[in-house]
Amino acid sequence: MGSSLPPELAAIAATGLSRVHRDGARTLRSLDDVSLTVAVGEVVAVVGPSGSGKSTLLHLLAGFDRPDAGRVEVAGIAWDSLRGSALARFRRRTCGFVAQGASLLAPATAAENIEVPLLLDGVAVAERRERVTEALAQVGLPAEANKLPDQLSGGQQQRVAIARALVNNPAIMFADEPTASLDSTTAIAVVDLMLAIARSRHSSVVLVTHDPTVAEKADRVVTLRSGRLEVPPPTANGA
Amino acid sequence: MNNSIPGGSSRALEAHGLYHIYRERDIETVALRGADLSLAAGSWTSVIGPSGCGKSTLVHVLGGLVEPSGGSVLIENEDITRLAAAERAIRRRRRIGVVMQRDNLHPLLDVATNVSLPLRLDGRPVGEVRDRVAELLSAVGLADRAGQPSRQLSGGEAQRVAIAVALAPRPVVVLADELTGELDEESTVAVLELLDELRARENAAILTVTHNPLVARRADHPFVMRDGLLVAA
Repeated sequence: MGSSLPPELAAIAATGLSRVHRDGARTLRSLDDVSLTVAVGEVVAVVGPSGSGKSTLLHLLAGFDRPDAGRVEVAGIAWDSLRGSALARFRRRTCGFVAQGASLLAPATAAENIEVPLLLDGVAVAERRERVTEALAQVGLPAEANKLPDQLSGGQQQRVAIARALVNNPAIMFADEPTASLDSTTAIAVVDLMLAIARSRHSSVVLVTHDPTVAEKADRVVTLRSGRLEVPPPTANGA
Repeated sequence: MNNSIPGGSSRALEAHGLYHIYRERDIETVALRGADLSLAAGSWTSVIGPSGCGKSTLVHVLGGLVEPSGGSVLIENEDITRLAAAERAIRRRRRIGVVMQRDNLHPLLDVATNVSLPLRLDGRPVGEVRDRVAELLSAVGLADRAGQPSRQLSGGEAQRVAIAVALAPRPVVVLADELTGELDEESTVAVLELLDELRARENAAILTVTHNPLVARRADHPFVMRDGLLVAA
């Protein structure tokens, strides 16, 4: 299963995204005409103050939410062209996710947590075990396979989450404040690890963070302020 | 239903002389100092104690997740502490259900898929998985929610589904660590009712580990954890 996309295709092409949230009688424009292109293998950090629309943008890019205006294409496929199980399957095969806090299944071991996306994708058991072992080794946790999340440190839990996100070889990895619950030394180690694995596979990464030391690891940093991109992205590379 | 254990009833789990020391940054802590415990099939035992008293260590040791420094854990007469890690992991998956305080369900997956995961991880045939999931969802009163993403469930509903997940492989023991820790009193009572009903129906031994007296009192066999030992409450 090759993860990398043809380089001439954008990993993500988002144009004119707007999202309005209603709070009683008030309407809040959480995202206002945002366009963003992420190249194959590119690591983009999205920064900005809290409430600036970072998470809203990530949810739209990852197809968890639909924009009120605009359109998102991932690997050349528009999210709004997919529904139900086809959407779930496409997302599982194309995208990996690391959230704030590891969000692992508490009653399942590290190995089982990493195995779940492979299981859902119908990968046969022998290959699943092999890939889980490989993924655990890649994140430096070969000895922790049979431990529950509550037996692991915060940094180790986040490494398991990274292994789970990458075990399907996704073309794109979305990370939403992946280091928010970690101390600064652990945070840097976790981000370095995540980006090293992603770069070795030419996976693209969209990384939402409020931490400047994390953001500076990206190839490009975009800043959101009150729902708008502060510095417009460079004009599309001529195709 | 059956609060007394008849003489010859089958033992789901027996723990003898559990002793466990763990080290953190050169500091040694004795979490268990010779704890004994015996759980009969279909019985409900509780362990109450403040946080840090060794309750979580007890759950890890009984669940085959930590090898104790000393003592034995027999699940249906097999000492799981003597098994190699990989073997122990398989025993745990098939014979021990676990329910935690939170994060028992995958938020993006629907309710039925969540319940199916432990069975599918164990490689059970599709038909068996489907039947068992339907049976359990109806047993926990959430058959009509099968297709709903689990993130849309209330806290009480999520814990009901978590109980279904834990029971899916027909375990002999269910270990529940603060399973109502995030619920209000009404939901707590409802979840405990359900647990009481299901332990008889499934003939599984239940161990609830808690700091909530409301939970502890529901058990037939309440224990207090004190200085690494289990004392009848």
